[in-house]
Amino acid sequence: MEALKEELKNKIITTLNLEDIAVEDIADNDPLFGDGLGLDSIDALELIVILDKDYGIKLVDPKEGKSIFQSIETMAAYISANRTK
Amino acid sequence: MTKTYINGVGCISTQKTFDTVFLEEAVVNHEENVLAIIPPAYKEYISPAASRRMAKGVKNGIVASALAMKDANIENVDAIITGTGLGCIEDSEKFLKSILDNNEEFLTPTSFIQSTHNTVGAQIALLQQCKGYNFTYVNGAVSFESALIDAKMQIEEAEANSILVGGVDENGDYTTSLFKLNGRIKADNSAPYDVLNSTTSGAVYGEGANFFVLEHERKENTYAELLDVSIVNTLEENEVEAAIISFLKSNHLEISDVDALVLGFDGNVDFENYYRNLAENSFAQTPVLYYKHLSGEYDTASAFAFWMAAKILKTQEIPEIVKVNAVEKSEYKTILLYNQLNGKNHSFTLLSK
Repeated sequence: MEALKEELKNKIITTLNLEDIAVEDIADNDPLFGDGLGLDSIDALELIVILDKDYGIKLVDPKEGKSIFQSIETMAAYISANRTK
Repeated sequence: MTKTYINGVGCISTQKTFDTVFLEEAVVNHEENVLAIIPPAYKEYISPAASRRMAKGVKNGIVASALAMKDANIENVDAIITGTGLGCIEDSEKFLKSILDNNEEFLTPTSFIQSTHNTVGAQIALLQQCKGYNFTYVNGAVSFESALIDAKMQIEEAEANSILVGGVDENGDYTTSLFKLNGRIKADNSAPYDVLNSTTSGAVYGEGANFFVLEHERKENTYAELLDVSIVNTLEENEVEAAIISFLKSNHLEISDVDALVLGFDGNVDFENYYRNLAENSFAQTPVLYYKHLSGEYDTASAFAFWMAAKILKTQEIPEIVKVNAVEKSEYKTILLYNQLNGKNHSFTLLSK
């Protein structure tokens, strides 16, 4: 699980071009949207593509996204439980 | 008819053209056939949150426009008009590659959003909250001149009093490799690359962003007046002189009235006679200048020449590094710019002090 969290942090920084942020700047429970990393709706689409492309998870219910993408912790837990690759 | 004045300039190029007076730090690179821009400190102009989705062309356009606005000492313009040959080609390439690599699945929005040609003009307008006329011209090597003509007409017709007009292009790796294959860029591993005395086909390529504030009134900081711009799609080598004489005549001028001629030599031996004929014959007694050894060739490279001419008219100095001949004038009042690309897209631009 720790390796997956680290992997997710790296993917988010690279994919979303978070130039001034390092892996160690993102705490596992930091909110990804709003006051935390400050991601927006376009970033949410990028995260959905990461789930699909890298872990084989298709989000069928967009409402799920809100809880899944709350933090690195919640993302990692969801991926661990549902990944197909 | 209302006149058009250049009241602010901003240049991001393959030379250090920001935080400088003119071209005092310019260096000719004979070792590379594709020149990259010298990046400014983007963070001073764009917040990290805004810049993280921007390709370099967008960022360069924003910085160049900010420099021009600051130079003109204004905070708002009535219109933004951009010229670009290939638009945001870097993100276009990313998006198309992503389509191919992922078998048309998993397409992410960011590179798509930023891949359109009018992204630069749109982002400048967003940052400045400019809700006025916003147009992008994509007309190959006359994209910048098309933008200039529009801007001049807007001012003449009193549709706008202040306009941000510019040319911007960026290099994309894949497009650059294609240009090497089709001979538009000089072959790899054939350095030293020479622009003025070239013996080979293809151009030394480059990229850049040049923006200008054009206004309807002369101010203390005015660089020059934009007298006229003309575009001709196709001309033979032996038709250029007549086209120039006709263009000058329509502005009540003759060749002897031109104090400097700026030519678009790009190192392509196949089309250099368009320029060399002028330099060695009808303009042999005129100071002749070139610039693509500094800026590289790209669709809106002529905007770099426009920046250079504006600077010369304001400073009354011609840097040695851009001189084709040794002819000098005691005063530089009128400058003619002539550019073409591979025998097509000819443009004539006339500036006066």
